[in-house]
Amino acid sequence: MLLREVAYARPASLAEAVGLLAANDGARALAGGQTLVNVMKARAGSPDALIDLSRITELKGIDLAADGTLEIGAMTTYTELAESSEARARPILGEVCGQIADVQVRNRGTIGGNICTNDPTNHLPPLLAALGAEMTIHGAGGDRTVGAHDFFLGVYMTAVGPGELLTRIRVPAGRADGFAAVTLGVEGTCIVSAAASINGSLKVALGCVDAVPVVLEPSSEDEAAVRDAVASAGLDPPSDVHASSEYRSHLAQVLAVRAVAQAAKNRS
Amino acid sequence: MEAGTVSTSHTISVTVNGTTYEREVEARKLLIHFIRDDLDLTGSHIGCDTGNCGACSVIVDGILTKSCMMLAVQADGSSIETVEGLAEGDELTKLQQAFSANHALQCGYCTPGMLMSATALLRANPHPSEDEIKKGLQGNICRCTGYWNIFEAVKAASE
Repeated sequence: MLLREVAYARPASLAEAVGLLAANDGARALAGGQTLVNVMKARAGSPDALIDLSRITELKGIDLAADGTLEIGAMTTYTELAESSEARARPILGEVCGQIADVQVRNRGTIGGNICTNDPTNHLPPLLAALGAEMTIHGAGGDRTVGAHDFFLGVYMTAVGPGELLTRIRVPAGRADGFAAVTLGVEGTCIVSAAASINGSLKVALGCVDAVPVVLEPSSEDEAAVRDAVASAGLDPPSDVHASSEYRSHLAQVLAVRAVAQAAKNRS
Repeated sequence: MEAGTVSTSHTISVTVNGTTYEREVEARKLLIHFIRDDLDLTGSHIGCDTGNCGACSVIVDGILTKSCMMLAVQADGSSIETVEGLAEGDELTKLQQAFSANHALQCGYCTPGMLMSATALLRANPHPSEDEIKKGLQGNICRCTGYWNIFEAVKAASE
């Protein structure tokens, strides 16, 4: 398909990229393009310029600190994360990235692109919210770091403002994590998703039931307590062609229980 | 225009199946259109144009990619393999021969993408299990065969 006319640049450094984004009205960052190119085909979005982040080394790489903290470059692809020996420190990351879409999309789609899109049907926003990840955002004024609660602001909206870029995602150490989703097709986008993590306390994050991940702290890992936490969260999920609001509320309970069960199993 | 400059067209240099091409392209041109229309390599197909069907799959710098989900300008400096690059003259690859021997195609529309995905799979994993074959071809849709003979062909090529 022929896209609307668009300008393009491929900067070699973070400073150059941020400068180009600030200097060009209507410019958007191009990460892996596995969402944005389709958005442009559908004319759902028509940026005037694309700033391609693919050759910026500062946005790549996965570092594992001595205390088990992972620092993941925003331009890390799902495949790179799934195959990374460092990322095995938090196994759920690779496990979930390995079930996004298909080989080709995993080869080009990036973790930064996934969460900056903040499509409610994406896998990573609820997962990173449950894991207690922190996002570093770079702009003209330097770096700032925000937690998931302050990062995910609305459908397709995050704390990354105009002229800014997500650079790194920091994930604390842990392994008692779980993820469950009902998807469109075997590994398609989520109809409802749930991520759970037991790291000191239990945290559950639900996806596709609201504009941003809904984070809950059930009083215990018991199925009844998890169901109760979801039931009393006052969810009012949207209805669409894939699922009614009532069915999404039902799935949220079922999937939260499955995610918590996996997290508890992974603790031992 | 140089890659670091914001412009609606850029001069790119791309190596496809061992031949290097230098072309000026509009930034809005998808890689699949560049391959098919500018280079006249029409083996790679456009099926859905939405990143679902995999008929446009090519290998970019060793990485299996849907070429309808990438701009041609993004491929500047890259080495690309398309289905035309598999056979050596009339000598089909073991995988291509296995597709023929196992009746792994009917209409043939998905075949270029299937061959590229299976080629990438077998390079990374020369002896895949049946599940690994299915997972490796998950991004490629075939509406004729029901997939079974395609899996058989990949299995045969891995033996």
